Amino acid sequence: MNSADVIPLPIAVLICGCLLAGAFFALAGAVGLVRLKSFYQRVHAPTLGSSLGMGLILVSSILYFSLARGHPVLHEILIAVFLTLTTPISLMLIVRAALARDRFEGNPDVPPVETLD
Amino acid sequence: MRRWLPYPAMSLFILATWLVLNQSLAPGHLLLGVILGLVLGAAFGRLQPPPLRIRDRRRLLRLGAVVVADVIRSNLALLRILVAGRARAVRSGFVTIPLQLTDPYGLAVLACIITATPGTIWMSYRAREGLLLIHVFDLVDEGEWVRTITERYETPLREIFE
Repeated sequence: MNSADVIPLPIAVLICGCLLAGAFFALAGAVGLVRLKSFYQRVHAPTLGSSLGMGLILVSSILYFSLARGHPVLHEILIAVFLTLTTPISLMLIVRAALARDRFEGNPDVPPVETLD
Repeated sequence: MRRWLPYPAMSLFILATWLVLNQSLAPGHLLLGVILGLVLGAAFGRLQPPPLRIRDRRRLLRLGAVVVADVIRSNLALLRILVAGRARAVRSGFVTIPLQLTDPYGLAVLACIITATPGTIWMSYRAREGLLLIHVFDLVDEGEWVRTITERYETPLREIFE
């Protein structure tokens, strides 16, 4: 696609910056998922990639394809909508399974049942 | 009209999604989108969703802006902890938050907000007692988290949905 030639240099730098920053957030989240100590800490890490990481990559994609094709390309917004709506579902399933198991095993690190104290 | 189009907003959203996905306004795609909107809108009605009413649209937009700012801020905070290798030094823990919000849409939005914000995770919610359990990555003060969630998110959500 040689239509990328029409993109002015400052915008191209912005697009690359967003893309690399987004990829960095996703990478940091993935490394955190592997390196962190406890399960409940580890599930925090990938949300870096599914929030700001995703946002930055989508912004660079919208900018690039809108400029390269000469008309607004916005279907990336759907990715953001679906990812934001579906992440809590899978995350809650995993986390609640872990919580149920830890409570069953009597793990002292998790609160038994929600109470106000 | 009500029989064919019980959820006009949902049908319109499906039509718009279809057109944006296909990046086209060609008559064929319009027709397919309208059919999908009607059929899936009717199917959605069979799920018997509770009635949704948004009382304050401007408040909703303002909450959206607050959430975007919070997501960016907490992304940077968590990234800083991970990159600096401070993860072992921070204290993570659970916080129980009493909620007065009972509207299912409000709770769903709150779940999306808490999950989309790195550093907090929605663990479980007991509807009868209205108690929400979250896990916080960098937990300094439990009381401050209770205040943050209730004042920043729950109060506006109650104004919007209840």
